[in-house]
Parts: sequence; structure tokens; C-alpha cells
Amino acid sequence: MRDVIAMDADQTAPARPARQNFGLKKRYAAERRFRIYGIVAIVSGLFFLVALATSIMFQGFSAFRQANVEINVFLDKAIIAPNGLVTYDTLMSGNVFRYDDVIRNAFAAQLGIDAKDKGAARTAYNLVSKGARIQLRSLIAGNPELIGTRQKIWFLLDSNVDAFLKGHISADIPESRRPIKDRDITWIKSLEDSGALEMKFNTGLFSFGASSRPETAGVGVAIVGSMYMMAIVLLLALPIGVAASIYLEEFAPQNRWTDLIEVNINNLAAVPSIVFGILGLAVFINFAGMPRSASLVGGLVLTLMTLPTIIIATRAALKAVPPSIREAALGVGASKMQAIFHHVLPLATPGILTGTIIGLAQALGETAPLLMIGMVAFVADYPVTPADPATALPVQIYMWAGQAERAFVERTSAAIIILLAFLAIMNITAVLLRKRFERRW
Amino acid sequence: MSPIWLILAVLGIAVLGFVAGAARARTQADGDYSRLHSRTGYYGAFVFVWASLPALILLAIWLFVQPLIVDRVVAAQIPAEATEAAGSASLIHGVVRSVAEGLSRLSSTERHNLDIGVVAARPLIASKGVALAGDVEPYMIRAADTLNRLQAAGTIGRTALVLLVAIGGLVLSFLKIQPAMRARNSVETVVRGVLMTASLVAIMTTVGIVFSMLFEALHFFSMVSPINFFFGTVWDPRFAAAGSEGTAGQFGFLPLAWGTLYISTIALLIAVPIGLFAAIYMAEYATPRVRSIAKPLLEILAGIPTIVYGFFALVTVGPMIRDLLAIPLGLGSSGNNVMTAGVVMGIMIIPFVSSLSDDIITAVPNAMRDGSLGLGATKSETIKRVVLPAALPGIVGSVLLAASRAIGETMIVVLAAGVATNISANPFQEMTTVTVKIVSQLTGDLEFTSPQTLVAFALGITLFTVTLGLNILALHIVRKYREQYE
Repeated sequence: MRDVIAMDADQTAPARPARQNFGLKKRYAAERRFRIYGIVAIVSGLFFLVALATSIMFQGFSAFRQANVEINVFLDKAIIAPNGLVTYDTLMSGNVFRYDDVIRNAFAAQLGIDAKDKGAARTAYNLVSKGARIQLRSLIAGNPELIGTRQKIWFLLDSNVDAFLKGHISADIPESRRPIKDRDITWIKSLEDSGALEMKFNTGLFSFGASSRPETAGVGVAIVGSMYMMAIVLLLALPIGVAASIYLEEFAPQNRWTDLIEVNINNLAAVPSIVFGILGLAVFINFAGMPRSASLVGGLVLTLMTLPTIIIATRAALKAVPPSIREAALGVGASKMQAIFHHVLPLATPGILTGTIIGLAQALGETAPLLMIGMVAFVADYPVTPADPATALPVQIYMWAGQAERAFVERTSAAIIILLAFLAIMNITAVLLRKRFERRW
Repeated sequence: MSPIWLILAVLGIAVLGFVAGAARARTQADGDYSRLHSRTGYYGAFVFVWASLPALILLAIWLFVQPLIVDRVVAAQIPAEATEAAGSASLIHGVVRSVAEGLSRLSSTERHNLDIGVVAARPLIASKGVALAGDVEPYMIRAADTLNRLQAAGTIGRTALVLLVAIGGLVLSFLKIQPAMRARNSVETVVRGVLMTASLVAIMTTVGIVFSMLFEALHFFSMVSPINFFFGTVWDPRFAAAGSEGTAGQFGFLPLAWGTLYISTIALLIAVPIGLFAAIYMAEYATPRVRSIAKPLLEILAGIPTIVYGFFALVTVGPMIRDLLAIPLGLGSSGNNVMTAGVVMGIMIIPFVSSLSDDIITAVPNAMRDGSLGLGATKSETIKRVVLPAALPGIVGSVLLAASRAIGETMIVVLAAGVATNISANPFQEMTTVTVKIVSQLTGDLEFTSPQTLVAFALGITLFTVTLGLNILALHIVRKYREQYE
């Protein structure tokens, strides 16, 4: 016996160290490499996110400030209302170019330009936005008593001046190749010195509609259009989605028909959004004769897109309510319908709302289907009803993205920041809602 | 009454019915509510349902049927020669509708002047804000009059009948109320029907998608043969102009398919390695803390609207790729190219791969890992030899879903891929995709009779079929795999 043990010990003892070391270093190196691949993948994913965010931020944040100039205008009645009529309607229907004369004269005087030098006055007036005359006309039409007085009024400056002041146009490049000439620069300097020029918060970005001039272009109309669409989506998709989920989750018999509906809903959630746009064009506009470019049609198309998201979320929320709740309700004599509407549904509400908000956020950022139903429109006026022509925030971004001027790049980025801010608010609300009301049974 | 006011009126009647029904049940209970079969609210709801539902259904049917009948009667008044001369009945129909619109705005003296021929119809109607494309023939005025008359009669008939049905429903159901009546059961049956109808909306959407595209696509294929469409290598649709019969464009699908596939492939080449390795790291190595931060951050990438990616590609990535790669390599000079669109789309679909793969890797039972580790395998060997093979079907499913996303993506390619059609292997060249062409054919003025517009529906149904196939396959694989371990 002792021999056998000794023999065994002799045979195994020398082999052990060799086997232990076999390729171990290599295997550990492979292990480290594999881990590093994973880290690199996550870091590069996050890098893309940061790159996207910073590139938009850097291009966009300057658009929230806009150069304004204070001009001391004399509101000459002889120019503004040569026929002597000063009611709102006559002023609004009067020739808008009259106001150019008013502002040009005042601006030239402020810059110390000789009154006889019409050319210089005209060149100097190019620094002021072309929207100034419309601004002055609506101001005076609303307050005719101002006519004949001298007023200090803030006007927008032209987008080139704005870009120059923000450093987007460098003074170092040759004069012939920049839109702001040397003489313009001296005027701008003198305005700055006198305190008449100021970078103010760009409220116009939030209130104006579409415009071909960057300084008077804003997302106000687009935001209203988007709000209409969100309201329609909420009013239609939430009730229909919840009703469909209740039926599928609580009442539907388990058969092929129900299976078909389920598969169908899952697939609809993954259908390319542009296909919904084609559906909207063919059914709502071409067949039902609804108006093009209306937020009503946009809302209907987005409703169909959002439904699957809401149904999937609602079904998950209903499923999470434990059967004991239903059984207790049925046990004290409630009908099935009462058990669901009085007990299960209220308990599932936080989950349903979370899903709805996420669905709405998706719908808010959707562009492609809206292009199909003619929302790519130059809309300068606020829509009054959902059937009026409107545009949407992402579509406005799309239209501005096609403009070449630097000022539009800046505004596109700013519009994206606004859109992302809306989405962030909605998603954070959803997360907080889930955290606050989530129940572990 | 316009339909919206009619709906509101019906609902108002129904609310009255609710109050009346509940009150009647209360009177009949006479203080002893145990005599009633249901709670009083259900009697009210019973009257509400009978007052509103039949009336609203009638209204819906009426709104659908009336235009069909009116169109038929009006069409009978249009001489056959006129239809032939104009080429299409819908064209004349449109004119008649405009004339009717204009005539309804005339005062009686203006109308009289028109009838005795003192003034011409076209300028008169134009002065009322309805511009006409052609001259107004006498038969058009006759048809327009019929149209106006029928529509006015229809509106009156509709209002009267719908309100009658609503009130009738209210009265009949109100009279039916008795303590022994099972109001709750009948209301619940109706609610159940409403719930079921809601779940059919999803089916209706799919049916709507398929049929709306199928009809227009068939219309297109009657003008352009499917063989020329699916196997044509030249995309040159020309312009859709009225009467441009001779300049039939060429609608070759292959250049679009090539661009779509090329861009999607680049996107997947970026998204699959990054997404997969990120998923493996998060599922197998990361501490719960790192995971709880990294996972939602990566998922933000999926929540950013695609228009934002498109702008990012256009303004930042495109010029960068042009200056750093395309021009130094001498392969291209435009920022709009396959590479730009592919890279940005790849970034967008990273979370589609990573999130789903992460779920699937986590779902692999720990017993399998423990067995492998117990035999002395390192963690990475366990992952490569045991976990990934077990998770492979699910991962394939997630990649297929990402591919379907990439093929159907629109805004990135519209802004970053360009509009020129090319079949080449050079990734720094402009190419275009199916979705870009759908957008460009369907924006602007549309004429639903020209192949230039209709081709978009053929493209749309092709896109729908391909993505639907990928989705069904992917969901099937993922589902089957999940069941295996549950």
C-alpha cells in the first residue's frame, strides 16, 4: 500500500507546475483585452452622446441672444399718416415703407450722418433689420396717440450685424469678402459706445413664425402647431389605447384572432414612421378630403403611431397589478367590469401615464410622417384652429437646416435645444412619476 | 347643423337622458334601493347609451354614404363628351365642386344676373374668392346647382334624422326602466363592445396601410411594368406635368436599394460591435452602479429625434468626414455621402442593439456560467464559448430589429446622404435611399394620376414589406428564445 501511494505521488508531483502555467498568461491577457473592448464600446457610445450634445449646444446657445438697437425716432405725422387718418385699420393698411423713412432719418441722425448724404443713410439703415418697419407699424397702429411724439424704441439689428457682434464674422478677412464693411464697423462701434446697442435675450425666437430673414424667424408658430398635435394625440391615443389594452389583457379569449392582434401591435411599433405618413396622405387627405398642412391630420397620423407604444405600456401596467386585487373585488360581489374600472385601472394609472408621456415624447420629435402630409409649409401666422395650416417644431428644424446662412445654422441649433428641452422635461416627468408612484406588490 | 355641433347636440341629449334615467330609477326604488337590480347610475348610463350610440352610428354612416350618392347623381348630369374631352372624370368633378362653392356665395341678384347671361360666370365666381382653372360651361352650373341642392337637403335630413333617433332612443329606453331590469349587464355589454372596437383600431391601421399603398402601387404598376421597376438600374422620374405623356420617366429601383443597403450596412458595422460589446460589459462585468448610469445614458441616444441626428450629420459629421477622409483620399468632395449617413445612423441604432442584447444576455441562466467557470474557464472564455452561443438567436433578433430601423430611417438620409442616384462601391460618394425618394416624390404639388407621384406608393409598400418581414422574423426569434429559458 505504501508503495502505491509513493508511486502516485512520484508520478503526479513533477507534472503539476507545467500544467498550471500552460497558456495562463495568454488567457489572462485575452481576458483583459476582452474587458477593455467592452469599456471602449461604452465609452465610445457615451462619447458620441457628448459630441452630439456639445456640438448642438455650442452652435445654438448664441442664438438665445440677439443684437438690438435703441433708436430715438420722431414719429412724424406727415410721413406716417399723410391723409390724416389715424385709426387702427387705416394705419395697418397704409404703405409699410413709410416707416422706413421714419427710422432711416432717425438712425442717420443718431449716427451723425449728414442729412444730405442719402447714400450713407441708406447704407447705415441696412444695419437695422428689415422687420423694423413692420414692428413700428404695428406699434403705432395699436397706439395712434404716439404719432407726433419722439420715442426711444428698441429695434432688431440685421442678422449680419448680429453675427459680427457674436464673432461669427471676423473683421480680419478682407473687406470685399465680408458682408459687414469697415464703415459699418465704425458705426457699430459708435452705437456700442453710446450705449444704444445691446445684446438682449432673444424673445423673438419663441414668438415669431417662419421668415426668410433670420432675425425675425422663430419657432412660435411651430410650437403652437406641435401643441395642437400633442393635444390631439393625447385626446385620441390615450382613451383608445387604454380601452384596447383592457380588452386584450382582461377580456379577450386566448385564440388565434387575439394572437393576430398582438403580433400586429408589436409590428406596428416597428413600422418605419414614413409609412404612417403615406397612410395619412392616402387616407386622411386624399380619401377623406381633410386639409393639407393642418395639425389635425398631423395629430391623427401621430395618434396611429403612438397607439402601439401606449398599448404595450398599458398592458404591462395592467399585468403588474396582482390578481389578488381582482379576486378581492370579485369576492365582494363586483362584476368583472367593476373590478377592472374601480380597482385595477386606478392602480395601473401611474404606469399608463408613464407610457403615455414616453409615447408623446416620441411623437413630438417625429418629422418624416409630417413631411408627407404637407407640413413643410411657410407659415408665418399663428393657427387658430387645428384645421389651419401649421407647422411643427421638428419640421421647422428641417426647413431651417436647409438654409445656408450662418444665422440659420445658429437658429436651427437653438430650435433643437428647445425641442430637446421639451423632450427632457417630458421624460424626466415620466421617470419621476414612475419613481413616486411605483408600487412593489 | 355641422357634424361637430350635431355630435355635441346628441351628447347633450344623452346627458339629459342620463340624469332622467337615474332619477326615474330613484323614484321607482322609492327609498328602498335593494329593490333595484343595479345601482341608479347604471340606469342613467343605460339611457345615455341608447340616446347616443344609435344616433352617432347613424351619423357616421350618413357622412360616409351621402357623398357617394351625391357624386353619382351629379356625375349623371355631366355629359359623356365633356368627360372624354377633359380626360378624367375627377378633374371635371373638382371644377363642379368649385363652381358649386362659388354659386353658394352669390346673392340672389347676382345669381339672377348670371342666369339671364348679363355677367360671365368665371370672373363673378372668382370675385367671391373661388378661382377656377377653366371656363364655366352651362352643364357645370346645372350640375353645381344639383350638388348644392342635394347637399342642403342632405344636411337638413341628416340633422332631423339624427336628432330624431337620439330623442327616440332616449324616450324608449327611459320607458323601459324598471326595478327588475338588468341595467348593469346591458351597459357592460356595450362597454365591452366599445373596448373590443378600440382594439380593432390597430388592425384597421395595418389594413389601412396595406390597402392605401397597394391600390396606388397597383395603379403605378399599370403604367410602369414591375420588371422595369424592380430590375431597372436608372432612376430618372422626370417631372410630373399635366399632359406630359411623352416624357415617361424611368423608375429603376436598384440604385435606391443599393444606397439603402450600403448605408444600412455601414450603420450596422458601427452599431453592432459597439452595441454588442457595451451589452456584454454591462451584463457581465459592470458593477450595478456603473450599469445603472451607463444603460440609461446609452438609451438617451435612442430617444433623440432623428431630425437632430440629421442636422448633426449635415453640420458636424459631414464636413469632418469630407475634410479628414474624402478629400485627402481623393474619393469625393461632398459632405453628403454614404459614410456620413451610415456613421450617424450607426450611432443612432447603438442602443437598439445594446439594450435588447443586454436583456437577452442577462436572461441566460447563471447555472450555465457557473458550470463553465467551475471547469476553470476565465470569464471572457465563459462569455465567448457559453453565454454568447446561448444568447445568439436573441442577439441576431436584436440586430435584425436594428437593421429594420436603419432601412426605414428617413431624416438622417434626407439631410445627409444626398439625392443623386449612384451604384458604386465608393463610400464617399453621394447616394440615395428609398425613403429619400419617397419624401422627394411626395412633397410639393401632387397629382395622383401621374407615375411620378404614384411611384412613392410602390416604394412605400416595398419598404413596408421588407421591414415587416425583418420585424416578424426578429420578434419570432426573440420570442422563441425567451420561452426556452423561462
